[in-house]
Amino acid sequence: MDIFVQQIINGLVLGSIYALVALGYTMVYGIMGLINFAHGEVVMIGAMVALFFVKAFSGLPVVILLPLALAAAVCVCMAIGFSIERIAYRPLRHAPKLAPLITAIGISIILQHLAMLIWGRNYHAFPPVIPVSAHEIFGATITSLQVFIVLIAAAMMAGLTLLIQRTRLGRAMRATSQNPAIAQLMGVNINQIISATFVIGSALAAVAGLMVSANYSIAHYYMGFMLGLKAFTAAVLGGIGNLAGAMLGGILLGIIESLGAGYIGDLTGGFLGSHYQDIFAFFVLIGVLIFRPSGLIGERVAERA
Amino acid sequence: MLEVTGLRVAYGGIQAVRGISFHVNQGEMVALIGANGAGKTSTLKALSRLLDAAGGSVRYCGKEVAKLAPHQLIAEGIALVPEGRGVFPRMSIVENLLMGAYCRNDTQGIASDIEHVFSLFPRLEERAQQLAGTLSGGEQQMLAIGRALMSRPKLLLLDEPSMGLAPLMVQKIFEVVCSVAREGMTVLLVEQNAKLALEVSQRGYVMESGEITLTDDADKLLANPKVREAYLGE
Repeated sequence: MDIFVQQIINGLVLGSIYALVALGYTMVYGIMGLINFAHGEVVMIGAMVALFFVKAFSGLPVVILLPLALAAAVCVCMAIGFSIERIAYRPLRHAPKLAPLITAIGISIILQHLAMLIWGRNYHAFPPVIPVSAHEIFGATITSLQVFIVLIAAAMMAGLTLLIQRTRLGRAMRATSQNPAIAQLMGVNINQIISATFVIGSALAAVAGLMVSANYSIAHYYMGFMLGLKAFTAAVLGGIGNLAGAMLGGILLGIIESLGAGYIGDLTGGFLGSHYQDIFAFFVLIGVLIFRPSGLIGERVAERA
Repeated sequence: MLEVTGLRVAYGGIQAVRGISFHVNQGEMVALIGANGAGKTSTLKALSRLLDAAGGSVRYCGKEVAKLAPHQLIAEGIALVPEGRGVFPRMSIVENLLMGAYCRNDTQGIASDIEHVFSLFPRLEERAQQLAGTLSGGEQQMLAIGRALMSRPKLLLLDEPSMGLAPLMVQKIFEVVCSVAREGMTVLLVEQNAKLALEVSQRGYVMESGEITLTDDADKLLANPKVREAYLGE
């Protein structure tokens, strides 16, 4: 029983992170119909910047240090997200769909190798600046850091939902995703909206990056690849283009993966260990693509002509 | 107010609009009629900058607007009600109207203009929070017109507002368009339904295969045997 509860808790933490990253994929897809495969690298850059910021200023009190590290990561990632769109996607706005996909992979490789050149190919340990206190809950343990991660992720998602549903910018983003030509006639500058989408998604990625590196105490230049792929799976699971879907898909995928990792040893009689947890995400992806390609809540309201 | 000279629109090598010239005076309602494929919608798309013109000039209030970006036109006071309505399907009626007022920031004025649109189209008020995609075609047309009015335009471009609608709905919509025009709005009305369009307009242009072949006062066009034969089915 306690393994079950423990894995649910771990899954919730992991899922919160996936959800933040998945939102970036789904927002860009919603507006442009494009999968930004470089998004995972933005998370990696966020993790690296945060980690090295913490390392460099580890003398500061943690309540000041972490927000500053987060701010640094967010700023760098926003700038990168903005540049990715300008350099790799905007010139190809009217090109066939395959072209921006290829530049996305190119940008991905460039960012990875830039990170490798700057920070080296080693694994970097996150400095132990965050005081970790463990709490017992239903026979499982949850650390204060895990609680923080879930709370901050929830706050970010609530904030994003408010932004999209209640503000003028959010309305313009939805209008652009539903009918860009008409949105322009209303006075919406599509280029600004697309830039804003990338910048917001990258800010969420930066937060997720800090969370991953703090939670697993580790970061390296290649971490964005798998994380990005998982978050993309989460977005597809929820229904790509749908914000609530990305949140739900992220949380679900985190929980599925954790439960899978917790029980895979028992299920296969010890043949496969918990390091095979990655296969669950891809089982989910294949399953969704076969049985429900529009995702869990990817269904759209009936539209009359 | 609007002075179009030698406007050309081409899709690839095919010319849809072959150098047409027309004008719309301040406070006037002008009809642009013609059969399907005559180039009417292409003309409006070029005016509203959804399409690049292949040539010609479009002067609005003395200013050349043929090279503006599409999102800059509405600030100049030009609003288009597009063919096929183009409402935002997954946004509520109120949100669609707010999008119409995207360029404005006078919260008070926007709120009172929404009330004004609701008074023109009471049906929209009943369904204020309903998603636009679930409305009937006529209701969507009302919403598209209301949304265009939300920018407080000086020039309203209407593209086939009667298309696909029941006669009763067409009548309602044209009543509102006429009342808006009576209050001083300048309107360029593009219609396949020539009789209807000419009855409410002061002047008309007849378009055929990308060219303007005939222009006159609307009542004279209505009486013109050639127009009666070609467009009024007589």
